Amino acid sequence: MQKEVMFAGFGGQGILLSAKLLAHAAMKQGFQVMWIPSYGPEMRGGTAYCTVVVSDRLIGSPIIKNPSHLVAMNRPSLEKFASVVKPDGVVLINSSLIPVRSGREDVQELIVPANEIAVGLGSVKCANIVAVSAFAARSGMVDVDILRECVKSEFASKAKLIPLNMDAFDQGLKIGMS
Amino acid sequence: MAKVLMKGNEAIGEAAIRAGCLNYFAYPITPQSEVAEYLAKRLPEVNGVFLQGESEVAVGYMIFGAAACGERVMTTSSSPGVSLMSEAISYIAGARCPAVFVNIVRGGPGLGGILPSQGDYFQATKGGGHGDYHMLVMAPDGVQEAVEMTMRAFPLAEKYRGPVMIMGDGLIGQMMEPVEFPDNLYTPPTNKDEWATTGMDRRNSRKKNIVKSLYLDPAILNSHNMLLKSQYDQMKREEVRFEPYNIDGEYKALVVSYGTMSRVCKTAIDNMKTEGFEVAMIRPQTLFPFPEKAIHEAAAKESCQCVVSIEMSMGQMVEDVDRSVKGQKPVTWFGQCGGEVPTPEAVMEHVRSLV
Repeated sequence: MQKEVMFAGFGGQGILLSAKLLAHAAMKQGFQVMWIPSYGPEMRGGTAYCTVVVSDRLIGSPIIKNPSHLVAMNRPSLEKFASVVKPDGVVLINSSLIPVRSGREDVQELIVPANEIAVGLGSVKCANIVAVSAFAARSGMVDVDILRECVKSEFASKAKLIPLNMDAFDQGLKIGMS
Repeated sequence: MAKVLMKGNEAIGEAAIRAGCLNYFAYPITPQSEVAEYLAKRLPEVNGVFLQGESEVAVGYMIFGAAACGERVMTTSSSPGVSLMSEAISYIAGARCPAVFVNIVRGGPGLGGILPSQGDYFQATKGGGHGDYHMLVMAPDGVQEAVEMTMRAFPLAEKYRGPVMIMGDGLIGQMMEPVEFPDNLYTPPTNKDEWATTGMDRRNSRKKNIVKSLYLDPAILNSHNMLLKSQYDQMKREEVRFEPYNIDGEYKALVVSYGTMSRVCKTAIDNMKTEGFEVAMIRPQTLFPFPEKAIHEAAAKESCQCVVSIEMSMGQMVEDVDRSVKGQKPVTWFGQCGGEVPTPEAVMEHVRSLV
């Protein structure tokens, strides 16, 4: 069984990191994983997207045109990628920055005001953690407890950021499970 | 050791250290600059030397210098940078020095683009520089294999006393996969007193060594060329590596592809299999020496109607495939270039159209 998720947003929103956290958690669960960034001539504020493939067997093509799921952190990302998600996939919409919806009847929309939650917790920078935990909880792509540990270890060298990111994680989890 | 999640570029850097390479000289270029970033941090921790040259031309000769001293040495670059190093690679091959070159290939020609490509196949396998030489060229299909090939490259360079190249592409460099660093691939450095310029303090225990590629006497140069040829012949006997895929049963078509492209082809082959359409693949892991015999034998299977070389280049490897098949079956090319990677669907559609 193979599942793919595309994370997309502005450069600087932590797209690559949230994708890496998910890949790390899947690896710890014993899955085969692949993390594929878009690496055009990018800049802060430009578009960034990254695909994570999780499978129970060797992963073939790194070229994923139709991912199972999408985490859209800004409006251009949703508009660009909503149509390529496979039916029944989860489409996470960061409603803080996206006033529209996917326009699809055959996917599960997960509406998360990630920026507002993050600002409420103290820093907009943890919006990506809110999103990745909400996504993981809703999609079941990885075990959320393992993902939580991965978030913790990612910030091990900046320990003062751990409580903020744990709060962000728990807020995301709450929305993802509701 | 537990698996770690690493970018291909970083994993290649770590693999070089695990292989005992403590000398790395490079000049940054997308899509492989993370190797330099990683080793700039990591080499000082193990008393190694990281040096950024002023250009790839300079780096090529830094590699020559360290290799002539018998040190394990590596550089990494991407296509335009490797072109600039090609003069030095020819000198290194001529002077018979072991060195490891990594090319994380991007689109060309010229500055081209920064996305993945396999457009440097000819440059890597037919000699990018001048003169009669070859490099042993290995092409990984993922991060784990990039690690293993990097670790093997150093002893192979020493075995043949020449340049060895790892030819990846932008995707192999940029993507992350779980990797392990197999300690058993480490081999201690060989004794280089026979040829290397290891310093005056060693001179009492060995003869005077001169490392050079200049031979003005045509008879001597001819015998030097014959010696190099005998080594390339030995590579063809001993170092060919390839992965057969779905090759045991009957199949209607044979695909030859390598690197990132081969992973796309595997997905396409698996998908076609579920539809009852059998296609086999030979994936060259060494591009030079080329798995001629394996491809020849696979093409010979009676059910096989045609052979297709699928590349992220405009019909380069297909020449070696054609040479291997030797006219038994029609050989064609399929591919895309410039940073476009054919999708599994495009591969399936094309292969179906051939039969």
